[in-house]
Amino acid sequence: MPNAQDVLFKTLADPTRRALFERLCREGEKTVGDLTARAGISQPAVSKHLGVLKQAGLVRDRHEGRQTHYSAQLGALAPLIDWTSQMAGFWQTRFDHLEDLLKRMDQ
Amino acid sequence: MNEAATETRTVTMEREFPYPPEKLWRALTQPHLIEEWLMKNDFQPVVGHNFNLRGDWGGVLDCEVLAVEPNKTLSYTWNFKHDDAAYNLASVVTFTLTPTRSGTHLRMEQSGFRPDQKQAYGGAHAGWQKFLANLEQVVARAD
Repeated sequence: MPNAQDVLFKTLADPTRRALFERLCREGEKTVGDLTARAGISQPAVSKHLGVLKQAGLVRDRHEGRQTHYSAQLGALAPLIDWTSQMAGFWQTRFDHLEDLLKRMDQ
Repeated sequence: MNEAATETRTVTMEREFPYPPEKLWRALTQPHLIEEWLMKNDFQPVVGHNFNLRGDWGGVLDCEVLAVEPNKTLSYTWNFKHDDAAYNLASVVTFTLTPTRSGTHLRMEQSGFRPDQKQAYGGAHAGWQKFLANLEQVVARAD
């Protein structure tokens, strides 16, 4: 996927968009309203930025009643992140599987 | 190739299991058990044996057994070839088992390198370095 990095760089090149994404990374899931309150731009502008982030796979939306909640999708950053971080996540999961297997081997 | 591009990096994962080393050793060295927690494989606990690990995603790792010390140490290469150099990886995985009072301490260390993607963006994207470093920390904490 030669273009995966380009898309991510382009998406995060906008400082306002990057700030929104970083805030979701730091503080977890937020509604559009939460994000607008501190973004210094209008709600439609925030929604537009969130749409671009969503298209790049960097955020996910979840509808609950009339509210839409957004959360950061850290996995989307994989093409940008050093292999050691990716492998650490990989081994964490594998060790969980190993633990499950060892339990089953008892029976 | 400059120094940064060939720098060796290491990932370690440690966990204690309430079972004797012999049991962990079986999970680490018997192909049908390896498949259950790691990947499909044609592993044999023989130094010099070449084998593949096949991931669910279709990726195939080229491996060679480097060290076998029953119930103590297992080491093999873990190489991934990809058309895009950014995804290439040449590394060595070493499992070390240490008996404890209540079971076994397992340490996995993966050392290796691959051409650093960040390096490719070096000059033109110098400003990104710090941002990416921050993101790595965020991701590490998210684990």
